[in-house]
Amino acid sequence: MQFFANVAGLIHLEMLLLQIFPGDSISWIFQIFFSLLFVVFVFYGQRIQMYILIREIEGSLLRLKFIRDEGRKIALKTIKEIGKSEVDPAERVDQFLEYVTIRPQSMDPAGIVWKLEHVLDVREERFKDEVKIMAPAADETNINNLENTLEAAAALNMIYKIIRHFYILGKKTLSLYIIMQIQMILPLIMREAEAYASALKAFSYGQPIGDGAGALVAAKLMQGRRKRKIEKDCIVAKVPIEGRIAYVIKAEGPGGNVGKPGEAIKRVIEENDGKISTIIMIDAALKLEGEKPGEVAEGVGAAIGGPGTEQYKIEESILKYKIPINAVIIKEDIGDAVSPMRKKIFEATEVAAERVRRVIKERTKEGDIIIIAGIGNTIGVGQ
Amino acid sequence: MNEETTATARRISSIVMIVIIVVLALSLSALYQAYDMFINEDPTMGYYLLIGFIGLALSTYMLLQTRRRMRRFTLKTPPITTTITCSKCGFKNVRDFERGDFIFKKLDSCSKCEGTMTISAIYREVKEKGKEHKIFG
Repeated sequence: MQFFANVAGLIHLEMLLLQIFPGDSISWIFQIFFSLLFVVFVFYGQRIQMYILIREIEGSLLRLKFIRDEGRKIALKTIKEIGKSEVDPAERVDQFLEYVTIRPQSMDPAGIVWKLEHVLDVREERFKDEVKIMAPAADETNINNLENTLEAAAALNMIYKIIRHFYILGKKTLSLYIIMQIQMILPLIMREAEAYASALKAFSYGQPIGDGAGALVAAKLMQGRRKRKIEKDCIVAKVPIEGRIAYVIKAEGPGGNVGKPGEAIKRVIEENDGKISTIIMIDAALKLEGEKPGEVAEGVGAAIGGPGTEQYKIEESILKYKIPINAVIIKEDIGDAVSPMRKKIFEATEVAAERVRRVIKERTKEGDIIIIAGIGNTIGVGQ
Repeated sequence: MNEETTATARRISSIVMIVIIVVLALSLSALYQAYDMFINEDPTMGYYLLIGFIGLALSTYMLLQTRRRMRRFTLKTPPITTTITCSKCGFKNVRDFERGDFIFKKLDSCSKCEGTMTISAIYREVKEKGKEHKIFG
């Protein structure tokens, strides 16, 4: 009934307007309407734009909240399943999600690499200890996987909180520039959050991820050979390839682990008194839009990501002995890097292994000693 | 292993829905008015037609927006396959991923030749989207 009353009211208003503006009344209505519209947009245009942006951020924030909550749920479920703890780990998980790592001061950058490495080592130890308390029944592989799962959940929590911070700040200050900044980078942030959400499931099940492509190539090369532990969480195998002696290095799997390949390479170089003909590093690298996932490319330099400490160590070692360094990279996007390994990337590891053999043949002589390092998270990849 | 988690976003306020319905009704009546004027050969028909279409477009857009807000959030887990190969006879077995699987894991002996079965591959299949940049490819 109310609806019909509204319609009747509007018709009555139209009749009234026709009485006030006889003749071409419709033109008058349009004139007034557009004049009003002009005035509204002059004074409130920016505000209207801001409300539209805020609504857009709100929608993404809702999705981020859902992903964050889902991440927490998965982490908790996995810990309960694997850990078989007698006490409810929910409170400890929530504390874990709030952990912060304070980077060392860089005003005087000399020695910052070692400071950063120390902070990261302490962080890792702390995380592992926490996981052991939360999941007392977990073995070493599961501890690594759980640690990775919790780290992904913590990353999602941080992303959500940062976006929420800017959203609330923007609403409080009504500053278009704060809101615009966050709205402009939101599509990229959402992609990253979706990637972490897939990573979380992969980590909780212990599935190989795209980032482990380098480690998988190394694992394929060292199959059937005797392996020994070298440095922290890394293994090495002496493999004869094309008449050369190759020291193949990778992080120890199948738990989620990147190891310290920089330390391992340094150790092998020193064991051989620096007599290394070349180093070949294989790693997954972020592709540019338009490039195909699983494309393999070659180059020079230390192919390794992360905070930079391991890359620094490798560069220091090769500089000392003037060792040439080659890189073979497998291209993938951020989503593929942290989600379960897709078929194309798995197939690309075969291509990468062939490229490694080609580099060995072209860049070294028979009898040479070389190092091959497969970089990346070795979750779901044995050796 | 193939799971899907869903959640629904918050509901749309009833006032917004009423506004949308009113605008829709008014624009439809304007369109009817325009049709009536067209029959009577009234030259002012164009204004009603314009108002009707603008109202219709606005209300449809608002309705679609609310539907977008109400859609269900999903978090899909793609199917992951594990390939097991016999190192002796090359017999292959493909199955869904199970917790505890990892590449190069040694499993039971082969049912055909008693050789060692090893997990040779774990990956997810991705359906490729047909749309590719042909000009810049």
